[in-house]
Amino acid sequence: MLSAVAASADAAIAVRDLVKRYDDVLAVNGISFAVRRGTTTALLGGNGAGKTTTLSILLGVLTPTSGAISVLGVDMLRSRYKALPRMNFTSPYVDLPKRLTVRENLRVFADLYGVVNPRERIIELSEEFDLGLLLKRPYGELSAGQRTRVSLAKALINRPEVLLLDEPTASLDPDVGDRMRTYLETYQRASGCTVLLASHNMMEVERMCDDVIMLRAGLLVDQGAPDALVARYGRDSMEEVFLDIARGRAGLDEAESATAEGVR
Amino acid sequence: MSVGQAAVALYPQTGVAASARRVRALIRRHAYLLLKSWPRLVSMIYYPTVTMVLWGFVTIYLKPTNSFLQSAPGFFLGAVLLWDVLFRGQLGVSLTFIEELYARNLGNLFVSPLRYYELVAGQLVMSVLRTLIGVGGACAFAWVLFHYSIFSYGLPLIAFFANLLMFGWAIGLAVSGMVLRWGLGAEELAWAAIFLFAPVSGVYYPIAVLPSALQAIAYAMPSAYVFEGMRAVLLSQTFRWDLLLRAFALNIVYIAIGIVLFRVAIAYARKRGMLLQMGE
Repeated sequence: MLSAVAASADAAIAVRDLVKRYDDVLAVNGISFAVRRGTTTALLGGNGAGKTTTLSILLGVLTPTSGAISVLGVDMLRSRYKALPRMNFTSPYVDLPKRLTVRENLRVFADLYGVVNPRERIIELSEEFDLGLLLKRPYGELSAGQRTRVSLAKALINRPEVLLLDEPTASLDPDVGDRMRTYLETYQRASGCTVLLASHNMMEVERMCDDVIMLRAGLLVDQGAPDALVARYGRDSMEEVFLDIARGRAGLDEAESATAEGVR
Repeated sequence: MSVGQAAVALYPQTGVAASARRVRALIRRHAYLLLKSWPRLVSMIYYPTVTMVLWGFVTIYLKPTNSFLQSAPGFFLGAVLLWDVLFRGQLGVSLTFIEELYARNLGNLFVSPLRYYELVAGQLVMSVLRTLIGVGGACAFAWVLFHYSIFSYGLPLIAFFANLLMFGWAIGLAVSGMVLRWGLGAEELAWAAIFLFAPVSGVYYPIAVLPSALQAIAYAMPSAYVFEGMRAVLLSQTFRWDLLLRAFALNIVYIAIGIVLFRVAIAYARKRGMLLQMGE
């Protein structure tokens, strides 16, 4: 099934035999997966599982040791600039210039992505993210939740076809986190965007994601729809499935075998 | 929160106009920063002005008893202002890059459609602007305080300025690469690197006074030819095209080396996964 999706035009993201080695450390160990267009997929795994490494490679900011990556049909290792204007991302690992106001930051990125009517787009995003009162304030003076909203607005400045999110609601209070999830769901449905997100929030994953890719120690150990994974592991929630996989509990081997057969 | 349905129109992403637009975006980002930070603007003018004032008073003190200064009273002031073109040119390139590390914004830039050469072009334009602000301020003070005009060099000034700026770019690109390679711990290089070149640039003395080994090194530096050329204009009123052409040829080589070093550092950062995580 995986290879069929990867080879078809249905895949917005296709990764094949991806390996990333740092000296003696194998951060990503030969993973292959595909993300269908117009879906939301989660990359799950404990710390050091290879999620951020995989996202970084997809974005072209990290060179893989070997493997092939295609985003929107573009070979990211050879021609990433053909795909980058149609993609965007946000991550807690990066920030925006703190002395620039929210409006100035959005204007700079609108120009970098080549938005034809940057003023209109900024007004649109400020309405969508409730940023009206923040536009004139320096980014560095905002609260963590406000910064996350601005970063997400930056990530949507070009209305991307592929959106990569690393811990998109980390550091948000439940209320703002819920509103962000609602926005992302609505945006994804309205735009048909493909979303790949790395998250530790299992409730978020169950709510938002059509598919889940489970990583452990750089290996893809399982994948499927959240409901299917919960059923396969005989658990009540993705939280419990995550713990099973992250801690390598009994039963995983059987699940891995089942997945391997399914993938073949 | 609502979600707009309309697609966002984007300009074509390839071609000169697209590159110019992205470079302009980078300049806009740094112009926003400079224009709203008066301490940054003041610090750009402060150092060249203070140094110029020191040499202005040294000139006033020595001139009555020094026949050299009597024939070329603007020697020290011209030298210090031109040296600052080199210094500001280098700082303009490296600080523009370091600002992105301070802001942890490098990841956002490298996942955007901004190309490597556009990043460099943005750094070079910012270098010109920073140099014009910093040295321009000091030149204005030199005229007000000591009635000295850097424009007394005439048209050769353009050649001096261009060559020193280019050498500053080359050093600035190499420093940017080193900061990317070794992190902000190497930031001090941005401020200190240029002084390695000062003794062999012959800013305040002819290259002939250096020991022969240092002379060989000096003549591998574009800056040495510029300051020799400056002295030729001052002392014999002749413009030495040969010196300026040698400086220009060397600058082409050094800029190429600077570009390669910066590019190698970016490739290294891409290989080690540093682009998303570098910052304060």
